[in-house]
Amino acid sequence: MSEFLLPSLGADMESARVVEWLVDEGDVVKSGDLVVVLETDKGAIDVEIFEDGVIERYVAPLDVELPVGTVLAIVRGADATGAGVAAPPPTAPAVPAAGEPGVTATAAVTAPPAVPAPRATGGPVRASPLARRLAREHGIDLGTVAGSGPDGAVVARDVRRAGPEHAAGQPRTPRRGFDAAAMRRAIGAAMTRAKRDIPHYYLSTQVCLAPALAWLAHANAERSVNERLLPAVLLLRASALALAGHPGFNGHFVDDHYVPADAVNLGWAIALRGGGLVAPAILDAETQDLDALMAALRDLVRRARGGGLRASELNRATATVTSLGERGAEAVWPVIHPPQVVMLGFGSIVTRPWVVDDRISALSVVTLTLAGDHRVSDGHAGSLLLEDIAARLQAPETL
Amino acid sequence: MHIDATRELVARLLADIAPEAELTAVGDDEDVRSALDLDSMDFLNLVVGLHEATGADIPETDYPRLFTLIGMADYLP
Repeated sequence: MSEFLLPSLGADMESARVVEWLVDEGDVVKSGDLVVVLETDKGAIDVEIFEDGVIERYVAPLDVELPVGTVLAIVRGADATGAGVAAPPPTAPAVPAAGEPGVTATAAVTAPPAVPAPRATGGPVRASPLARRLAREHGIDLGTVAGSGPDGAVVARDVRRAGPEHAAGQPRTPRRGFDAAAMRRAIGAAMTRAKRDIPHYYLSTQVCLAPALAWLAHANAERSVNERLLPAVLLLRASALALAGHPGFNGHFVDDHYVPADAVNLGWAIALRGGGLVAPAILDAETQDLDALMAALRDLVRRARGGGLRASELNRATATVTSLGERGAEAVWPVIHPPQVVMLGFGSIVTRPWVVDDRISALSVVTLTLAGDHRVSDGHAGSLLLEDIAARLQAPETL
Repeated sequence: MHIDATRELVARLLADIAPEAELTAVGDDEDVRSALDLDSMDFLNLVVGLHEATGADIPETDYPRLFTLIGMADYLP
């Protein structure tokens, strides 16, 4: 028997509210399954469970502000034999009682049909409470949305996926659950802690992007519009590969110790409309090629702004990159997001005089910066990391 | 494409990309990227939308012609 706790989704989070359970009491869950939706300063976040077992019972009330660490549910472990309650075989699909709220079983999340069939219109629509609320907020007619839940029930995920063609005419509302003032307070608190606890040092270097952008233009010329890559993806890929080779920067500082991480879960700072910032991670970024990273980035930006980020994306980042984009300032001096120990910054890409073979040319250049944690590393090691990233960007064909 | 139809199409696409964007406040010859604070991902999504709606094949080298509404109207069939 174990307790499923309200997770911390980053240094800037202290509490959250339970909005919807995605599993029923008695459901079999596997590690990685989405089990609950939390409303946080960062909007609605889907939370995974990281153990196998059976949801014994919910403990936390709905729609009440709860501190991080609150017990949300009691879970009977897969190995434990719960007296009196026969656990269904792990392979059995969850069978929710008809008509019960929250009928969004695990199976719906882990194995949605590739192409859910649209239901015949007319009959009552089976949908989870969150799906109903989302549909109401976005002016979407639930009857036109194909359900991927049990017995074709419409779950929140289906509504989020539903395009504007399902809109029933009402205007779309802005990002759900996003309170700009609350997020600003949370960012302020987290960054105050970072500046107080982390002895930052900063490094800066100029990187010529001419070869990378030329390679990218060539690659994109061969691609259809929706398969094209953004320069940001090259920056991400070079950063992920370099971090994998510099374990002293990829990890967490916890309880006075630095613990290097096995994988590079690369946080990517995304500015939210109306103010605010969220830095969800691309998990195992070092194993993903450019196309996979582009898809991941596109998906992450969409969910960061529209809702549906997952807890693991918010509390598993091992290092973070911020990029100011094409119209931003030339350099950024980032603040490290604890418990991480480095943050990399790319300024906007600008055309500047650059010396090649003793000749001056006008070339695309980016300023790459690093904020490091002196408790863990120093400027020499940081320089080597920046050098590695810069070198990788000079050989874009190897990315 | 007529400028009015272009506006209508762009407004529809932006409803997904940048729901709070006020396209009516943007002049025909203004750069929509700076006027509406669109980043490169937003702009790419807009180009994808224009491609899907009109069938226009839009090579990356033509992107600068799509920075303004009047440019889009001239460019799109």
